[in-house]
Amino acid sequence: MNATSAETRSVVVERDIPFPPDKIWRALTQPHLIEEWLMKNDFNPVVGHRFNLRGDWGGVLDCEVLTVEPNRKLSYTWNFAHDDAAYNLQSVVTFTLSPTSTGTRLRMEQVGFRPDQRQAFGGAQAGWQQFFGKLEQVLARAE
Amino acid sequence: MRDETHLVFHALADPTRRAIFERLCREGEQTVGALTARAKVSQPAVSKHLGVLKSAGLVRDRHEGRQTHYSAQLGALNPLVDWTREMAGFWQSRFDDLEDLLKRMDQ
Repeated sequence: MNATSAETRSVVVERDIPFPPDKIWRALTQPHLIEEWLMKNDFNPVVGHRFNLRGDWGGVLDCEVLTVEPNRKLSYTWNFAHDDAAYNLQSVVTFTLSPTSTGTRLRMEQVGFRPDQRQAFGGAQAGWQQFFGKLEQVLARAE
Repeated sequence: MRDETHLVFHALADPTRRAIFERLCREGEQTVGALTARAKVSQPAVSKHLGVLKSAGLVRDRHEGRQTHYSAQLGALNPLVDWTREMAGFWQSRFDDLEDLLKRMDQ
C-alpha cells in the first residue's frame, strides 16, 4: 500500500461561548463535569497523567495529559485501539481558550492519523457493517 | 481528488461490483466461478468487474491450476476512511452538550 493511511490530518472546531474562560476551564478539567459533556473519565489536570475516556458505546480511549495552562490551553493524547484496525486512531486533542468581549472563543484541534489497516477480512463483524453503511453515504455524496 | 481515490470511487459506484467486493470482504477468497454462481450476471461480466476492482487495487488475484482466486484488499479503502469528517461531527455535538452544561453550572 501507499503512505496515505498514515497521513496526518486535523479537525478544527471553533465556537464562541458566552461564558468566561475560567468557567469553561472547569468544565474541561473536572472529572464530574467532563463526564457531563464528553465521557466518563479519570482525568487529572497534571502533565503526564494517564487516563481513560469511556464512551457509552463501550469504547475506551487511552489518553495522557500533555499541556496544562490554566484558563488558556489544555491538550492530551486521544488514542483508540480497536480489534478492527480500520478504527484505530492515534491523535492529540488541544483545547485553546481565548477571551472575547462576549465570553470565550473555544477552539478544539485534533491532529492525528490512523495506523495502517491490517490486511485481513472483516467477516460479518458489526464494525464492517457500520463501515459499509458509511461507505454508502460517502458514495452517495460522490455521485 | 487523487487518481487512486477516483479509481476506488469509480469501481465501487457500480452496485454489481460493490456486491462482489462486499462478498469477498465478508466471505474471503473466491474463484470467478463461485462468484458467478451467485451474481446475476454472466461469467465474462463478472471477470470484467473483477478487472475494474483489480485496477483500483480493491482485489488481488492468485492463480492455482486452471482456477483464479480473488481476494479483497481492504487497504485500498484507506483513502475513503476519512476519520476527520466523523470527528468533526462528534466534536460539534460534544460542544452542544458543553454549552448546555455551562448554562446549568454555578458561577
